[in-house]
Amino acid sequence: MKIERPRKYRSASLRITFTLLAFWLLISLGCGVVFRTWLDDNFPTVGHAPFGFWMAQQGAIIGFVLILIAYAALMNRLDKKYGYSEEA
Amino acid sequence: MTQAHYNFLFIGISFAIYIVIAVRSRASSTKEYYTAGGGVSPLANGMATAADWMSAATFISMAGAVASDGYDGSRFLMGWTGGFVLLTVLMVPFLRKFGKATVPDFIGDRYYSKLARFVAVLCAIFICMTYIMGQMRGVGVVFSQLFGIGIPLGVIIGASIVFFYAGLGGMKGITYTQVAQYCVMAFAYTIPAIFIAIVLTNNFIPQLGLIGNYTQGGGDPVPFLDKLNNINTEIGFSKYTDGSLSTIDMFCITAALMCGTAGLPHVIVRFFTVKNVRAVRRSACWTLIFIAVIYLTAPTIGAFSRVNLIEKLNNTPYAEAPAWLAEYEATGQMAWVDKNEDGIINIHGPASSSAEKKTNNVFIPTAEIKTPIYPALDAPESQRIGKNGERLIANAIDRTNPNELYFGTDIMVMANPSMAGLPKWVIALLMAGCIAAALSTAAGLLLVLSTSVSHDLMKKIVKPDLSDKEEVTYARIASFLALGIATYFGINPPSAFIAKTVAFAFGLAASSFFPTLIMGIFSRRMNKHGAIAGMLTGISFTALYIVYFQFLGGTASQYLLGISPEGIGFVGMLLNFVVAITVSAFTPAPPEHIQEMVENIHIPSGASDASDH
Repeated sequence: MKIERPRKYRSASLRITFTLLAFWLLISLGCGVVFRTWLDDNFPTVGHAPFGFWMAQQGAIIGFVLILIAYAALMNRLDKKYGYSEEA
Repeated sequence: MTQAHYNFLFIGISFAIYIVIAVRSRASSTKEYYTAGGGVSPLANGMATAADWMSAATFISMAGAVASDGYDGSRFLMGWTGGFVLLTVLMVPFLRKFGKATVPDFIGDRYYSKLARFVAVLCAIFICMTYIMGQMRGVGVVFSQLFGIGIPLGVIIGASIVFFYAGLGGMKGITYTQVAQYCVMAFAYTIPAIFIAIVLTNNFIPQLGLIGNYTQGGGDPVPFLDKLNNINTEIGFSKYTDGSLSTIDMFCITAALMCGTAGLPHVIVRFFTVKNVRAVRRSACWTLIFIAVIYLTAPTIGAFSRVNLIEKLNNTPYAEAPAWLAEYEATGQMAWVDKNEDGIINIHGPASSSAEKKTNNVFIPTAEIKTPIYPALDAPESQRIGKNGERLIANAIDRTNPNELYFGTDIMVMANPSMAGLPKWVIALLMAGCIAAALSTAAGLLLVLSTSVSHDLMKKIVKPDLSDKEEVTYARIASFLALGIATYFGINPPSAFIAKTVAFAFGLAASSFFPTLIMGIFSRRMNKHGAIAGMLTGISFTALYIVYFQFLGGTASQYLLGISPEGIGFVGMLLNFVVAITVSAFTPAPPEHIQEMVENIHIPSGASDASDH
């Protein structure tokens, strides 16, 4: 059964997008820039690297990959739910 | 076999592969020329996009930026990858649904205006040209190192090769060639890092070595980053893990790079070759994974090469310095000035300077001259060669600080394997990778530029009755012209530092395309007046700021809120938003059918076809 509710679909997809972008902002400009010195001083080291420094140089990038994978999975599931799934 | 033999062997093989692929997939229709027929698999597209994305700036210059700036180098690491996330989530699926071939196409149609399209074409050309200049410079640097020739000749040779397969094959030839180039780049980048990680930290995974212990030369293991911090602070640099940029500048530069990435015409267009919206999402994941392989390795290369450089050269008599130093002196990438006349190479950071404005310049840079210049070839030997056998430079020496070693940060990646004493074939492989990086991006950019001219300018605005074949011809002519101009600027770049030149291109994209595209996709109310006003304001402000500080001699004390030209694109972007929203509030809303179009692009199914190939 094909259900198409464009408005609801759009708000659901925007919600997913904004949630992921909030994480994106947190790990990159948040941990990597704005809170970096605080994190360096107050969080445990990663191996021997200060936490903020490590986030900026490695952690943020790993986080981005995870965000995109989550995005693809969540959006594809949303498509199926609203009947927009096409044969891949 | 000598190093030169290995180099030619590896590069020759890689070139042969590229050319064969390019010739076999020679494009004849415009659809194939622009979007490779549109049926490329997400994985292959992922690799090709990653290769396109990772330019000479990424490959060569970025690790050098991390090596010299430490934590500050993260602005490039986070900026470029983070921007990719923005691109995937906010732009590409919607533009793919919309189905047009180029970004100016989307802007022209979405904002129902020839003027908007024209402004977009201008912006695209401006952005691509700045970006290509950086790439051509990168090509020049690599070829100069390879053949021991000057950079100008290196640029010219590289440009001819780019023209050959970009101009002939169009997007299709480029896509599969880029898959091959990605493979070369990935190996070329990671293998040296692994070798050096083993030598310096006894760990074959460079990322673990970076956060592990420094074990070279026996003795008690010391955490690698502690060692690096100490090396830095001992000779007058700030701590490697701290950097020296202000938080606001770091924030703005990183943000400008992120938003600029999401506004780059040549990356966006890459996704039009994929089958449908869902495939786009998967392709983007693959792309970022492939990009991450290299970006996660860059900080390790930066850190390792810094340790190697300083340990091998600092406090070493010139006469005992490793052989590679003389090689880099010969190509102008390194220079030594014996300021205290003790025959020993002394490296110092800005903190050791006795001047009021602390720098560690070896020579005094001027607005025109930022790299070493040399006495004429026919000058007497005493002017060209110093007491210790070093190559003398002709610049005015800066004696307010004790730093004696100049090194171009752009050579760090290439110099790394030599500095670590790695086998010749590793060095040759790296060379092949550097060239792959520079050429793949240059080709992609050239394509966008030429299509902007032939498709968006000629066909859509100037001469709508252009036949397909004529369009492709115009595209090739435009390629040639663009390449000529880019070559000129590759020889005389706005900044001697590739990553910086590229950062400017991103600032321009951030202030022009990013806001206009975002508003076009997510707001039904944004109209043509707002969009045009916004684009013009954003890009003019940013471009003028950059030109003032890079070419007209502005000084750091005049920065707006302490934001450097690298970061000003962020402010330009805000200006674009503000102006666009204000202007559109006072002018008529877009017509019904446009507003419907905006609704439509949020629905993922029913995207225009991509054909198999």
